[in-house]
Amino acid sequence: MSKKYLGALVVLLILAIGFYYQSQIGGDDNKVKKVGFIYVGPVTDFGWTYEHDQGRKAVVERFGENIETTYVESVEEGADAERAITQMARDHDLVFTTSFGYMNPTSKVAKNFDKVKFEHATGYQRSDNVANYAARFYEGRHLIGLIAGGMTQTNKIGYIASFPIPEVIRGINAAYLAASSVNPTVEFKIIWVNTWFDPGKEADAAKALIDQGADIIMQHTDSAAPMTIAQEQGIYAFGQASNMIQFGPDAQLTSIIDNWGPYYIDRVQKLIAGTWESSDTWGGLDSGMVELADVSEDVPQVVVNLVNSARDGIISGNLHPFTGPINKQDGSVWLGDGEIADDGVLLGMDFYVEGVDGAIPN
Amino acid sequence: MDLYVAIFQGIIIASTPLVLAAIGELIVEKSGVLNLGVEGMMIIGAVASFIVTHETGSHLMGILAAIIASGLIAVIFGILTQYLLSNQVATGLALTLFGLGLASLIGQSYSGISLKAFPKLEVTILSDLPIIGGLLFSFDYLVYLSVLIVFATYLFLKKTKAGLVLIATGDNHDSAHSLGYSVKKIRLLSIVYGGACAGLGGAYLSLVQTPMWVENMTAGRGWIALAIVVFAVWRPLWIFVGAYIFGGITIIQLHIQAIGVNIVAQYMSMLPYIVTILVLVFISMNKNRLAVNAPNCLNKIFKSDI
Repeated sequence: MSKKYLGALVVLLILAIGFYYQSQIGGDDNKVKKVGFIYVGPVTDFGWTYEHDQGRKAVVERFGENIETTYVESVEEGADAERAITQMARDHDLVFTTSFGYMNPTSKVAKNFDKVKFEHATGYQRSDNVANYAARFYEGRHLIGLIAGGMTQTNKIGYIASFPIPEVIRGINAAYLAASSVNPTVEFKIIWVNTWFDPGKEADAAKALIDQGADIIMQHTDSAAPMTIAQEQGIYAFGQASNMIQFGPDAQLTSIIDNWGPYYIDRVQKLIAGTWESSDTWGGLDSGMVELADVSEDVPQVVVNLVNSARDGIISGNLHPFTGPINKQDGSVWLGDGEIADDGVLLGMDFYVEGVDGAIPN
Repeated sequence: MDLYVAIFQGIIIASTPLVLAAIGELIVEKSGVLNLGVEGMMIIGAVASFIVTHETGSHLMGILAAIIASGLIAVIFGILTQYLLSNQVATGLALTLFGLGLASLIGQSYSGISLKAFPKLEVTILSDLPIIGGLLFSFDYLVYLSVLIVFATYLFLKKTKAGLVLIATGDNHDSAHSLGYSVKKIRLLSIVYGGACAGLGGAYLSLVQTPMWVENMTAGRGWIALAIVVFAVWRPLWIFVGAYIFGGITIIQLHIQAIGVNIVAQYMSMLPYIVTILVLVFISMNKNRLAVNAPNCLNKIFKSDI
């Protein structure tokens, strides 16, 4: 082999070795960290995904040039999710997968990319590089349940539910328990729409519930369509995940707001410092992960006071939305007098409490 | 009784976009063209009407904008398939994807906005009648327009010469051509008309059903409209049957859940689609009915020197 070729080969070899070591270096302080977000809906849903993106924006504002963020919207839970997460994992250091249905794909991809960190929202599968996080939305449901129980005049509350997963069932139970504590004759009418996001279907469900006599609408779906319908029909509703007041200036009593910013900032901080560890975070009103929008002026002061003292109680730890005596729907005893539900049962909740009508689809 | 009237109203509102899109597509298919771009044209109509209504404050301007915008998309489809002789199925699918993406792009800065409610008919005596008022006289004018269009289409195809020529174009384009009718022009006009109707259906979604704009808000209704045309065996009056059954089952299953009947919700969600498939299968069993009504030259490219 001639000298020229040999020389070129040596240079190439050195370069190759250099690139290889470069790629193996993790935690390099000079390298800008890349954080990715996988969203289940559009950023413009003014609901669930909107708030996650607000969290992302908070991270951008806080860390400026030290990090780069990317997001992919409307990734369907299913086979395509795995593709999207894999693509993101290839060149990002931290990936947030923001929907329950991403649980299996996230775990699977995490095994193949053990240098990348994953944060999965509202799931329960963890590993060394997969952390879980969720918010105690049921605390917010407790508060809006109090308001609903106090405000309803037909004693029928309409509930638009998405999928029969523990988180949704927990929300229904928490809201019902609070509403019936204020108003024992209250009745929950529940429609399962089998989607997180379909404005047309959510609107139809809202109308059906209103036609059936509900005068307050609660939702566990991601768009503001139910609020729009409530506004149109002149009844009350609660916003979900974001403040939906612009869709229901007269209709909105309050909203449960998911506030992901502080948590996201904390996790990215740990990523940059190299101290990121898998964890399981379930924050609530106390850590500010769950917030309540301003309560409407239509709510009577006595109810507002009830909500405020409940909120203080939850934050201080004196009040837990699932405190016995509570029976299951079939009449069997779940919690004894004064007994507080433990997180494990709550996370796997698959039963209605006594008083909720209907069956949970399976 | 009020509840049944309310359910009826819900059904009409859910079905009208399907009626509009399907009746337009019926004319297109009768002329021999298979337009799979209905979904894309519907959503362009939805976004265009929303934006223009928001900017001008006038629902009428929004409706006109929807007709023009989706008509333009239809013109693209028409030129590609009639003059450039592209494959109709592929072109239609491509335009659906294009329409969906374009609508999301244009509509980005318009999410989070609410429109004022669409005016409902309020004829003093008639609308206040106890039951009939609610059943017949309390809808927005687009509902009445959709009914008119269907009847007009029926009369057009059955009683007018132009309608007959259209059917001829779809049944045997070579004969129509040798009689001196411009097949391409007729098909192009039908395509634009069909696109405009689909746009109108889309406008109904974003102006009346949920007065807001969200990406992908058509949620597959364009495809349902296509199925309804076949369901109706290309007979205009049967479009009502198809659309109202589909819309009807969709709404009723929600009410059934709200009442508390213990049928698994997932099965209820499937019901509209299953019933549609069943009826389609049932109809295709009658070969005569199909032979008489189905356009023979559907999806066949017409080549000529003109």
